[in-house]
Amino acid sequence: MIRISRPALVGLALLGVLPFVIRLLFSGSEKYYLHLLIQILLWSFIYTGWSLMGRFGLTSLGHGAFTGIGAYATVLLWNFAGLTPWLGIPIGVAVAAIVALLVGYPCFRLRITGHYFALLTLALTEFVRLCIVGWRDYTGGSLGTQPKRYGDGISLYAMQFEPDRVLSYYIALALWLFGLYVWVRVDRSMDRYALDAASQDEDAAASVGIHVTRERLKVTALSAAMCALGGAVFAQYQMYIGPDTIAGLGVSLNIVFAVIAGGMWVLLGPTVGAVFTQVLSEGLRVTIQGSATLKAWFGSAAFALDTAIYGLLLVLFIIYMPRGILGTLIERRRRSDAVAARGSERTNASLAANGKRP
Amino acid sequence: MDCHLDIFFLEAVLNGILLAGLLALLALGLNLIFGVIDVVWICYAELVMVGMYGIHHAYKAGVPFPVAALIGIVLIALAGAALHHLVIRPVLDSAPINQLLVTGGVLFLLQAAATMAFGIDFKNLGIRLGSLGFAGMSFSWSRVITFVVALASMLALWLFLSRTYIGTAIRAIAQDRQIMPLMGVDSRRVYLITSAIGGGLAGLAAALMVLQYDIYPQIGLQFGPLIFMICVLGGLGNMLGGFIAAFIIGQFIAIGGSCMATEWGYATAFLFFMVAIFIRPQGLFAAKS
Repeated sequence: MIRISRPALVGLALLGVLPFVIRLLFSGSEKYYLHLLIQILLWSFIYTGWSLMGRFGLTSLGHGAFTGIGAYATVLLWNFAGLTPWLGIPIGVAVAAIVALLVGYPCFRLRITGHYFALLTLALTEFVRLCIVGWRDYTGGSLGTQPKRYGDGISLYAMQFEPDRVLSYYIALALWLFGLYVWVRVDRSMDRYALDAASQDEDAAASVGIHVTRERLKVTALSAAMCALGGAVFAQYQMYIGPDTIAGLGVSLNIVFAVIAGGMWVLLGPTVGAVFTQVLSEGLRVTIQGSATLKAWFGSAAFALDTAIYGLLLVLFIIYMPRGILGTLIERRRRSDAVAARGSERTNASLAANGKRP
Repeated sequence: MDCHLDIFFLEAVLNGILLAGLLALLALGLNLIFGVIDVVWICYAELVMVGMYGIHHAYKAGVPFPVAALIGIVLIALAGAALHHLVIRPVLDSAPINQLLVTGGVLFLLQAAATMAFGIDFKNLGIRLGSLGFAGMSFSWSRVITFVVALASMLALWLFLSRTYIGTAIRAIAQDRQIMPLMGVDSRRVYLITSAIGGGLAGLAAALMVLQYDIYPQIGLQFGPLIFMICVLGGLGNMLGGFIAAFIIGQFIAIGGSCMATEWGYATAFLFFMVAIFIRPQGLFAAKS
C-alpha cells in the first residue's frame, strides 16, 4: 500500500479542480489551456514509462517504436477490423512488450550496453517507422491517418473523447497518476535494488544471485508497455497519427531529452521535463506570435526557434546539470538540510556541502 | 514482390555499390572519432547537412564548385574541432551515454538553426553531370565521381594514419588511452586533430552529396541512422569493418529498393542489422578477444 503525503494530497486536489479554475480565469481560451495540460500529462506518462528503465543505465532510443506500435495497432484494428480500442489497446501494448522482449533478451544476454544498446534500439525505431511508411495502403504512409469517428465523436465503445476537453483532461490525469503509481511500485520493489546493483556492476550483481537478464527484461517490458499505452491514448486524443508525430527517431530523442532535462532519478522528474519542454515551445511561440517586431525579425523561421533553444539547453543541462532540473533542486535542498541539521559542527557541514557524508 | 535476374537487377547491384562508397565515407569519419575519442557523434549527419548548405551558398554566390567544396571541407573541419572543444571535452569524464546524448542536443540545435537560416524548402545545386551509359545500363556521373573520390579519400586517410607521425600518435591513442599520455603524447591535441579530420571527412561527404541530393534541414535524419547502423555492424571504431558493412547495407537498400518499395529496402537492412548484432554482438568484423 502506498501512503500519500499531505502536500501530495493538496496537489492532487488542486489538479482535480484545475479545469474549473481555468474555466473561471480564461473563459475564452479554456480549450487551449486544457489542450496544453492534456499534452503535458500524456507525455509525462510516456516519459515516466521511459525513465523506468532509463534510470538503470538502459538508455533506449527505441521507445519511439513502442509509442508507434501502441498507437498504430489500436487505430488500424479499429479502422480495418472494427475492433474496439478496449481490445485494440491491450493488443498493441502486448505487441510492444513482446517486441521489447525479443530485442531485449539477446541484448541483455550478450551484454549489449551503453553505445551499442542505444544505437541498436535506434535501429529498432527506424525499422518500425519504415514499416509504418511502407504499409501505406493501411497506415497512410508518411501522411499519417485518423481513427474513424464513431457517432458524434464521444463514445465509450470507440474510446473517443476528444471533443470534450474536460473529460479528456481527467482521462489524461488518471493515466498520469497510474504512471506515477507504477514508478513508485517499481521504486519500492526488490527489483529496483537488483537493477541498481546490476547497473553499477553486472558481474558483482550476478555473483550475489541476481538474475540480471530476467530483471532487466521485466523492467524493459513494463517500460515498453507503458509507452505503447501512452501512444495509444495519445492517438485517441489527437485523432491523428503520423509516423513522425508518434513514432520515429524524433519521438525517441524527445523522450530521452525531456527526461534528462527534468531529472531521471526522481518521481516527478519526467513530469517536470514535460512541463519544461511544452511551456518552452508554447511560450516562445506565443511570445513571437504576439509581438510584431519579433515576428518580422524571425519571419517563418520562428517555429524552429524553440527547438534551437531546446537543443542548446540540453547540451548545457548534460554538461552542467546531469541530474536534471528537479533532481538538482532536490539534491540542493537535501544538502542545505544536512548542513542545517549538523549546526555548528563546521567540519561536518563543509564535508556535507561537498557531497561527502562523514 | 517483383524480382528477376535481369539487366535491371544488375543495375541495382552496381548502384548499390556506388551508394556504398558514399556510406563507407560517412561511416569512416564516425568510426575514426569513436576509435580515438570513444565518443559517438550522434549529430554527425547534421554536420554533413550544414556542410551541404555551406557549399550550396558558396556556389550560388559565384564561387567555382571545387573552391566551394574546399570551403565546405574546411568549414566542417573547424566545426568538428569546435564541437569537440565546446561540447565533448566537458563531458569526457562522465558516463559514456551522456557523451552520446550531449551531441543529440547539438543535433536538435543544428537542425533548428538550419531551418531558421535556410527555410524548409528543398534546395538543389543545379549542376547536371549527365549519366554514364554502359552495356545497356546507365549510372549518373555524380554517383560514379562520388564513389571514386570516396575510395581515394579513404586511401589517403589510411596513408596519413600509417605513414605520418601524428597519424601514428592517433592510432596509438586509439589503442591505449591511458598509456599514451605517459609516453609524452598530448592527448588533448590528438583529440582535437582527430575531431577536425572527422569533421573534414563530413565536409567531403557533403561536397559529394550536394551533387546527388536535394538539401533540406532534415536530411541528416535520413542518413544518420544508416551511418550508425553501418558503424555498429562493422564494429564501432573498426574502420575496415565499417567499410565492408557499408557494402552489405548498400546492397540491401539497392536490391530491396528495386524489388520492393524503397522503404522496404531500408527496413530489411535494419532488420538484418538487428539480427546480425545478436549473432555477433561486437560487430561482424570485430577481432575476437
